[in-house]
Amino acid sequence: MSTAANDAPRSRGKAPAGERVADWADGRLGIYSLAKANMRKIFPDHWSFMLGEVCLYSFIIIILTGVYLTLFFHPSMNEVTYHGSYVPMQGQLMSEAYKSTLDISFDVRGGLLIRQIHHWAAIIFLAGMFVHMMRVFFTGAFRKPREINWLFGFLLFVLGMFTGFTGYSLPDDLLSGTGVRFTQGAILSMPIVGTYISMFLFGGEFPGTDFVARFYSIHILLLPGIMLGLVVGHLILVFYHKHTQFAGPGKTNKNVVGMPLLPVYMAKAGGFFFLVFGVIAIVAGIASVNPIWAIGPYRPDQVSTGAQPDWYMGFAEGLVRAMPGWEINFWGHTLVLGVFVPLVIFGIFLAVLALYPFIESWVTGDKREHHILDRPRNAPTRTAFGVAWVTAYMIMLIGGGNDIVATHFHLSINAVTWFVRIGFFVGPVIAFVVTKRICLGLQRRDKDKVLHGRESGIIKRLPHGEFIEVHEPLSQEQLHTLTAHEQYKPAEIGPTVDENGVERKVKGTEKLRAKLSEAYYGEESQIPKPTVEEYKEITSGHGHH
Amino acid sequence: MKKLSARRRHPLAALVVLLLALACTGGLYAAFAPASKAQADETAQSLAIDEGKKLYAVGCASCHGTGGQGTTDGPSLVGVGAAAVDFQVGTGRMPAQQPGAQVPKKKVIYSQAEIDQLAAYIASLGAGPAIPSEEKYGPEGADIAKGGELFRTNCAQCHNFTGKGGALTHGKYAPSLEGVDPKHIYEAMQTGPQNMPSFPDTTLSEQNKKDIIAYLDAVNSDDTVDPGGLSLGGLGPVSEGLFGWIFGLGACIAVAVWVAARTAKAKKS
Amino acid sequence: MSSQDIPEENLPAEQGGTHVPKPADDKNPFADPGLPPHEHRIQDIDERAAKRSERTVALLFTVSMLATIGFIASFVAIPQDKSIYVFPIGHISAMNFALGLTLGVALFTIGAGAVHWARTLMSDEEVADERHPIEADPETRAKVHADFKQGAKESVIGRRKLIRNTMLGALTLVPLSGVVLLRDLGPLPGTKLRHTLWSKGKLLVNMNTNEPMRPSDIGVGSLTFAKPEGLEEHDHDFQNEIAKAALMIIRLEPDSIKDKRELEWSHEGIVAYSKICTHVGCPISLYEQQTHHALCPCHQSTFDLSDGARVIFGPAGHPLPQLRIGVNDEGYLEALSDFEEPVGPAFWERG
Repeated sequence: MSTAANDAPRSRGKAPAGERVADWADGRLGIYSLAKANMRKIFPDHWSFMLGEVCLYSFIIIILTGVYLTLFFHPSMNEVTYHGSYVPMQGQLMSEAYKSTLDISFDVRGGLLIRQIHHWAAIIFLAGMFVHMMRVFFTGAFRKPREINWLFGFLLFVLGMFTGFTGYSLPDDLLSGTGVRFTQGAILSMPIVGTYISMFLFGGEFPGTDFVARFYSIHILLLPGIMLGLVVGHLILVFYHKHTQFAGPGKTNKNVVGMPLLPVYMAKAGGFFFLVFGVIAIVAGIASVNPIWAIGPYRPDQVSTGAQPDWYMGFAEGLVRAMPGWEINFWGHTLVLGVFVPLVIFGIFLAVLALYPFIESWVTGDKREHHILDRPRNAPTRTAFGVAWVTAYMIMLIGGGNDIVATHFHLSINAVTWFVRIGFFVGPVIAFVVTKRICLGLQRRDKDKVLHGRESGIIKRLPHGEFIEVHEPLSQEQLHTLTAHEQYKPAEIGPTVDENGVERKVKGTEKLRAKLSEAYYGEESQIPKPTVEEYKEITSGHGHH
Repeated sequence: MKKLSARRRHPLAALVVLLLALACTGGLYAAFAPASKAQADETAQSLAIDEGKKLYAVGCASCHGTGGQGTTDGPSLVGVGAAAVDFQVGTGRMPAQQPGAQVPKKKVIYSQAEIDQLAAYIASLGAGPAIPSEEKYGPEGADIAKGGELFRTNCAQCHNFTGKGGALTHGKYAPSLEGVDPKHIYEAMQTGPQNMPSFPDTTLSEQNKKDIIAYLDAVNSDDTVDPGGLSLGGLGPVSEGLFGWIFGLGACIAVAVWVAARTAKAKKS
Repeated sequence: MSSQDIPEENLPAEQGGTHVPKPADDKNPFADPGLPPHEHRIQDIDERAAKRSERTVALLFTVSMLATIGFIASFVAIPQDKSIYVFPIGHISAMNFALGLTLGVALFTIGAGAVHWARTLMSDEEVADERHPIEADPETRAKVHADFKQGAKESVIGRRKLIRNTMLGALTLVPLSGVVLLRDLGPLPGTKLRHTLWSKGKLLVNMNTNEPMRPSDIGVGSLTFAKPEGLEEHDHDFQNEIAKAALMIIRLEPDSIKDKRELEWSHEGIVAYSKICTHVGCPISLYEQQTHHALCPCHQSTFDLSDGARVIFGPAGHPLPQLRIGVNDEGYLEALSDFEEPVGPAFWERG
């Protein structure tokens, strides 16, 4: 608060100006008690803890550039004739929305740069959220007390997808118009209410003259408003919970080790904002994104091949492309399974991830707070599940770009589609099994390192001629780090007969939990970590390698 | 499972896994790569014969029949016209060489004079579109914007917004139009080579074709300006997404690693 | 989600515990040795190194200032339509490139300066801060519960059921006004999705030339797009109408038409299909003239146009609707009726 204190004019014996301003504010806002708790708040340093910051900063960049764009964009679908400076569009009929986007790109100085920063930042924002979410997932940072923050983050990701969709639909170009048409077709497939929702959303038949204006208020007001609230909530919770940390010397579940917010973290985080902004500005200066002038204005009877949504919708696109064309007609009604089933799978697939923390805490029955992160290898079943989820996601991304994949790898588009259809079911299973094995292998290696030391690469010849490799014992820091993780025991159903010999009914959920717990923490799923006794037994006989 | 486990430490285990993986990859690729439909593996020799029919008898007759009536290996050429010959031979598609879902563009084997002779011979078999003269596909009097609209109505569905090409069924594809001679584009529209439908003058007028060619020259040539920067192949959101992930997010993460890394400590003395 | 019945011994021992870092002893070689001692950076002990760092930071900030000046200069000096060739990017807008780079550098160097400052000159001593449980201690918990009960009791909401129930009723009903207000977002569907502009006697007009067509204009293997006579690009409802009426016209050898109805509805092998995909409504027109397949560029539904536009691949659920066509007295192609079924994506009421 009290910056520039040194330069402030000091009038006889008075406190510096900055301090006086701060005092004044404290008297009205009570900022000192807030600052007391937070000014020297500790944040641990790790590159993966900054992924969330990438998202936060790109979100801020999107808001800044978005406000600028609203100054020039006309969210109107009135048909006008183009007479601007882009020659290949001269005299073409187009909506005002499309024309004003052309004007931003060609006639407003710097408009193209801001448009490209806005769009690139959106792509990076969503990609950053995806990676951030995976970091939180694989390190188990979603465990108590952070489940609600996990949900906030999840909602931000989903809302970000739809904000992106409504945003790139605004220029009313041929590519995004095709995407809007797809959305309308998907809405029509909803049983009973589909046609009504479609008519209400588009103000009549597709495309109508309303959707750009309606998407505009959703894109610039409704969704970002909710997101801003969620971001603030997300950050408050991060402050309140204090950041998690990896196990290591001096780091416990009851402390947090790192640098204080003021000054180190302030400088690093503040500097990182400029770094991210700089990277995105440079990307926007050298790489084109969504060149709507080459795409043309939307007309419902025109289309181009290679019609894909932005990457974050590619997963949904893949589901729709891979689905077989099932349609059921009965009693004068049509159930459009070919479109509706992918919509439902899309929802379930995302919901599984959102609910995972609750599922895992139900299986473990663990109600304690966790502030020490897991190494992914030490939670093999969770890690394997996450990798399986990502595999399915990635396969559907391939499906969403199956035509580009086909042309660029000289494959048949039909074969790629079949690969995706089968891969969606088989891929995650293989990924699960392989990941779990890799995790167990790494656990074994850690155990080996703890008990036998590090392979030093030094070969020694013993007096009787035998060659051995010298193993260096680990330092206590390393020993502690490698053995700090917790290991659960599988939950058992417990006695089914009480002390009076009366049989107790075992509930289905209880059996399910026992099974899941066995799958998570059974003998097949974790390597028991070395015990002190094992360690002593091995190290006591010295000279032994 | 036990046996397998016991042997995974074998010195050759890694090699076996590698070979298996390679075999799987190769097998998968072979399974997905489009099956061969077109055949004929005639390689053209350098020919000294300067008469179309002779050229034809040597280079083409084995698939298209001695009188151009067609065989099981190649369609009839009666009535396809000189424009079709000029396109097919002039872009190197004919004579066909490799088996595949579609006959690709390749190195041209015949000289333009030889192609003209071949074309004259085929044209004599039955009336068809003639080779267009330069004023038909030249830039004079063309309306680029109208060409763009026509391109989006008639062509973009297969060739992408600015003619970058795209996928068709079972391994067939619409090729990229970058660097294609305007004459050949004109001929392709007229004659409809391979699976491309034709757009005869009766439904897509000569002026329309001229406009389309002028549009392509404006948006898909070496001198085309991409105001925004790297066009990333002109393929739209797929390549943009990849670029954003790798270079956008990648750079941010690289910077994050630097920000979070520990500063070097002074050496202990 | 109850876990009351999980026996405590299944939970691993508390991580770290409340322990104070203890020195390594014989009892537990894995014990936490505590925070490692702080080591100095070069900048902490060598003032020259620290000075170098200071100069680097200052240099970075100066570069940022220069880049901002460069940004303003580019903005003023570079003409908007100037293009330059930059290897390996290609021909690009000089303005966008210059503005992007200068702005990027101006921002990046501020960040780089601040981070370098933090990394080399600010204290790098790691500090441990205590955590406190998120949940309240039992006394607070009991106090809050008691306060709440007291408040609820004083409000008499538990005793005066009538008030509670009517209040809930009122609060439930009031949002309905909001829902009702949404009614005028659009019209009811009615039968709008079932009809197009086509009707008996409407000529098929070529999209490219804007002229009606004769059968002789359309060769075998050609592809043409048509709209109904009277619909012009400038019309107010052009977009809505073309979204349903767009037509794809091809000509097949009559012998190669496998579907009987398709043959009946065609004219001398000329068939007219809806251009709008029955999956989600993309204009489908990737027509392969040798195989007679039409592929949708959006989701790869493939239709066999020689066999009643049957779906042979992809997610579409039913064939493309065909328009019955014939020739009028003047020899022009005309529609003989509207489509017999709704065009475009399927919907609940379609049947």
